[in-house]
This record gives sequence, structure tokens and C-alpha cells, in this order.
Amino acid sequence: MTGADALSAVLVLPAGGAALLALLPGYRASSWINVATSFLTFVAAASLLVLDRPAPGDFLRVDDLNVVFVVLNTLVGFTAAFFSASYIGHELQIGRVTPANLRFYHAMYQMMMFGMNLALVSNNIGLMWVAIELATLTTVLMVGLYRTHEALEAAWKYFILGSVGIALALFGTILVYVAAQPVLGEGMPSMVWGNLISAAPRFDPAMLNVAFVFLLVGYGTKVGLAPFHAWLPDAHAEGPTPISAVLSGLLLNVALYALLRFKLLMAANEAAVAPGPLMIALGLLSLVFAALMLYRRRDIKRLFAYSSIEHMGIIVFAFGIGGPLANFAGLLHMVMHSLTKSAIFFAVGNVTQIKGTQNIAEIRGLTQSHPALGWGLVLAVLSIAGMPPSGVFMSEFLVVTTSFARMPILALILAFGLILAFAALLLRLSGIAFGAPSGEDRPMHGSLVPLWLHLALVYLIGLHMPQPMVDWFQTVAAILG
Amino acid sequence: MHGLDFDIAHLLAGSLVLVSFMMIYQDRIYSLLNTFALQAVLLALAVAWQAWIQGAHHLYASAALALVFKGTIVPWALHRIVQRLGIHREVEVVTGVVPTMLAGMGLVALSILLMLQLTESAENALAREDLAFALSVILLGMLMMVTRRNAVTQVVGFMSLENGLILAAAGAQGMPLVVEISVAFSVLIAMIVIGVFLFRIRERFDSVDLESLDEFRGERR
Repeated sequence: MTGADALSAVLVLPAGGAALLALLPGYRASSWINVATSFLTFVAAASLLVLDRPAPGDFLRVDDLNVVFVVLNTLVGFTAAFFSASYIGHELQIGRVTPANLRFYHAMYQMMMFGMNLALVSNNIGLMWVAIELATLTTVLMVGLYRTHEALEAAWKYFILGSVGIALALFGTILVYVAAQPVLGEGMPSMVWGNLISAAPRFDPAMLNVAFVFLLVGYGTKVGLAPFHAWLPDAHAEGPTPISAVLSGLLLNVALYALLRFKLLMAANEAAVAPGPLMIALGLLSLVFAALMLYRRRDIKRLFAYSSIEHMGIIVFAFGIGGPLANFAGLLHMVMHSLTKSAIFFAVGNVTQIKGTQNIAEIRGLTQSHPALGWGLVLAVLSIAGMPPSGVFMSEFLVVTTSFARMPILALILAFGLILAFAALLLRLSGIAFGAPSGEDRPMHGSLVPLWLHLALVYLIGLHMPQPMVDWFQTVAAILG
Repeated sequence: MHGLDFDIAHLLAGSLVLVSFMMIYQDRIYSLLNTFALQAVLLALAVAWQAWIQGAHHLYASAALALVFKGTIVPWALHRIVQRLGIHREVEVVTGVVPTMLAGMGLVALSILLMLQLTESAENALAREDLAFALSVILLGMLMMVTRRNAVTQVVGFMSLENGLILAAAGAQGMPLVVEISVAFSVLIAMIVIGVFLFRIRERFDSVDLESLDEFRGERR
């Protein structure tokens, strides 16, 4: 198998899987076909790490920046599919979904994976936009899966805000083309990444500046940055839990990856405004805002949705500061947040099935009633709150120290936000995990394997990061400038 | 570039902005839908004109899509939805027409100042004016989305915003993937329209008024 085959497999497998799953009745077989397809896609993506990379074409490319995101994307896609296979059957039994809904759900799951993988490997700003739109549409459909009043409202809100976001991103994309066209000529070459990056120093800087503002607001809406975040908590809370895991763990990353690409373009043009301050401001705003909002949450899925906004804020802040160390921290944090947050949602899915509610006040003493699940949740929440020795601690520590060295005043705000969020999460966690168990106790169906697998990865990386991974982060951090 | 080519492109793009303003002061949903259909037809003409003067034949597909889908099918479908669902025939606004019109003028001035200054160096006068008009249409569409309460009128605002995007894409000399992007947008719009319909036909919502979404914000009650 060559790299080109692996690259096409990463796209063809989910697309083919979606078509197959759309045709097959019967949710049991479908859910396992979904797992198998996701696993094969993951294998194909992982092989991209070792195989020779195909030469970049007009549409697709594999390079240092995107290869690990593709692997991460397909890995979490696989574990979430595995969790979903053990979880979703119960949702059918309690009548939250119909068999027809599930058929649609599995087909859309693969469609979404296709959209996200395509966005990550695209070498073309137009194609990337179309892919992100596809991923957005499929997640909208899945957020509305339960067809309840709340789910439909959440989906509608996500739909409208997401549409405006991607519309603005498209205008930014058009402006990038307009900036590139006098240099690179008309037609396709002016939309291809490789060409854009190498020719960026000769682009009109003013045009690039305006384009970046539109791209930042547009894709920033999809990242969930405050003040464009309004869709995010509802979409996480009302959709099926495997989808919350994928939304937080993957879709936010994909949108952020798109922003990073355009930040690279800005950095390549010396006369253009530095994107850093804008990103720092939005990042800090999201962090502090979300940390404050954490205190008033009564719904467990909303709680962790706000935590996602907070972490996206940290990451955008880190990339805004820039430089090898902060970029390193930002990349590491993207990976760690993705693994940890999806683990949390796997645990939360089980919790809500056991207790039959998402209301935090009715969930008590999980470590006593369900030790494996309860302690898993405790470890995952400690990790996301930034306790050592998890990988999240390492990346947050790096962000804080770098910013103290470079911009002490901003670092104070950063530390303030981090401590606020830490306290809020521990406050909620102590109620959920400890004390006398209360509330209902229904049987647990979802598998705990994905949860513990993610935790093991997060803590292992926190204790000792493998050398190839360090090398990769350093290379990419250097590219990001 | 011939003077006449330029003037006609200018006229068509400018009239899109004008129709955006007309949409802001419509107070009945039916007349709003008709005005939107007019804008879609004008967009089709503007894109077709760009296709002609740039010699870019693929743009005719975008023009045809705008004419058939947005100029005919969508307004007709929305008419039917308003009828079937018994939605209020009057447009419910958040702010009055006058402040909205003033804000709209401000936005147009802003986009013209921004874009003309930005593209001063560009040799292609057509592209720069086109971008200024397109940004005006986009901003006016957004203005309409935030100052309207009813979901149908917000959808119309979004479609008008998207008209601006297609205008910008068609005006960017030789931009590839324009047809693909307009197809992607048509899928999006079709889904929004179907969504509006489904929401109501399942009778899960008391109204498609987005105000009721706001109440829901924050926490599950």
C-alpha cells in the first residue's frame, strides 16, 4: 500500500460506509459496521505516519501539520463509534429514538467523519470550506436526532449560527483568492495551499488583513469562541452523547485547524497585521467567560460544553502568543483536550443512562455506586481541570509559563481564568462523585473501554511523552511561527 | 474593459443592494418573499453578465441555479409554508424600520469605505466595486437576521446574505469552485427550508418564533 492509497482510503472508507449504512436496516449490524469502518479508517490514517507521503495535488495534501490531526480524528472517531455501539441500543429501548432514526444516525456518523477528514487533508481553501460545511450539516442533523422540543431548538440554533459562521468564512476565503489572484493568476492555482503559502509575501497585505478578520469570526464561530459560542452548549446538551464527544473532541479541532492554516498565511506576509493580538483577545475572553459560566450550570452536559469553550480559549490564546514554546503547548493541548473531553462525554453518557437525568443535583456518589465509572470520571475531570500528572497539566503549565515570560499581565488574566475553571469543576465533581449515592440506579449499557483507553493515553503522555511525538510537535510549532 | 460592460455589471450589483434595502422595509411576509425573489433574479442576471464578460461559462450554471432555485422554488415553498402553518402575515421586527434603515446605510457606507480603500491598488475596477456591493448585501442580510423575530424572515435574511456571497464569488475573476459552492449553499438552504417546515408540521413548537429559543437559552428547566 502506498501513501496515496492510504490517503484515498481515509476518504473513501467513510464515504462508502455512509452509503452502505444508509441502505442497511437493523441497527445492531449497522452499529458494528460503523465501528469496523471507523477502525479501518483509523488504520489507514495511522499508516500515513509511516508510509511515503503522496505529492500534494490541487485538492489533497498530507503534511506535518495535518497528519497527526487526521490520526487523532480517526482514533477518536473509532472510540466514539465503539462507545456508540454499546450505548445507542439502550436509547432505542427507552424509546428516545426509532430504528429509522438510528439508520440515519449511523449513515450520518460516517458522513461526518468523511467531512472532517476531507477538511483536514484538503489542499484547497475552497474544498476545505465545502468539507467543513458538510461536517456542520451532518452534526446539525444528529443534534436534532431525538426530535424533542429542546433537541430541535438546539439544532435550529446551531444551524442558523453555524450557517452565518460559514458564510462569513466563505467571504474571507473569497478575499484570500482575490488577494492571491494578481500574484498566482486566475483559476485553481490561487486556491491551493502550497502555492498560497509560498506566494503569500507578495499578496496585498490590506486584503489579507480583512480576509483574516472574516475567517476568524467565521471559523471562530465553529470553534465556539465567545462571543460567537451561543450554539455550542445547547448542541452538546441535546444531542446523543457520542455526538457530544465527537463535537467537542473533533469538530472544534477541525475548525481550529482551518484557523491555524490561515494564521500561517498571515504570518508568511510580513506587511500583514499580526494575527496574534486578535487571537489572544478572543482566547482570553472565551476562557474567562466560560470559567464564570461554569458556576451556574445545572446540566452535566452543559457543564462540560462550557469547559470546551474554556479550553478552546486557552488553545487560541496559546497560538495567539506564538513562538515555538507556546505553539508546542497549543498543539499538545488540542490533542489532550480532544482525548480527555471525549473520555468525559463517554463517562457522562453512562451516567445519564444510569440516573435517567442530566441534572447535576440528582447525581450523587458515583464512586460508591459505580466505582469503575465513577473513578474514571474523577480522573478525567481532574485531568481536564489541569491536575498533574495528566497531559493537560503539562500543556497548561507550558502556556502559563510562556505567557508569564512574554506578557505577564495577560498571564495573570490567564491564570485567573484557569483557577476559576478549576475550582468550578472540582466543586461540581465532588458532588457528582462522592458522598452517599442517591437518585435512580438503572443498569449501565455503555462500554467503559473507550473511557479508560483515553485516560491511559492522557496520563501516559503526561508522565512521559514519546520522543517521536515531541519531535513532531517541535517541527510543527516551528512551522507555525 | 468596455465602458458598457462595466456599467451594466455596476447597475446589476448596485440594484442588488437597493433590493436589500427594499427587503428591510417590507412589513408583510408575502411581499418580503416577492422582494427576495426579485433579488434572486437580479443575482442571476448579475452572475450571467459576469459569465459573459469574463468568458467563464461555468458561471452560467450558478446563474441558472440562482434563477430556478432561489428565484422560483424557494419563494414558492416559503409561500406555501406560511400558508400551511398559518404564520403571522406581518413581519415582526425587533427595532423599527427607521433605525434599521439608518443602520443599513451605515453598514453600506462602512463596506464601501473598507473595500474601495482596500482595493485601491487593484487594476481591475470591476472586481473592487463588486466586492464593495457584495459586502453591503452581506451586511444588510445579517442586519435583517438580527432585527427580525420570525424564523421565516430570518431564513430570508440568510438567503439574501448568501446572494451577496455568490455575487462576490462571481466577481472574483476566474475563481474556481463557484458552482460547487453555490450548489453547497443550495443544499444548505433547502435543508433550512425543510427544517422550518418539519419543525412545525410535527407540532413540537408553538411557534417558529426565535424569541422562544431565547427563553430556552442557558439551562433545561
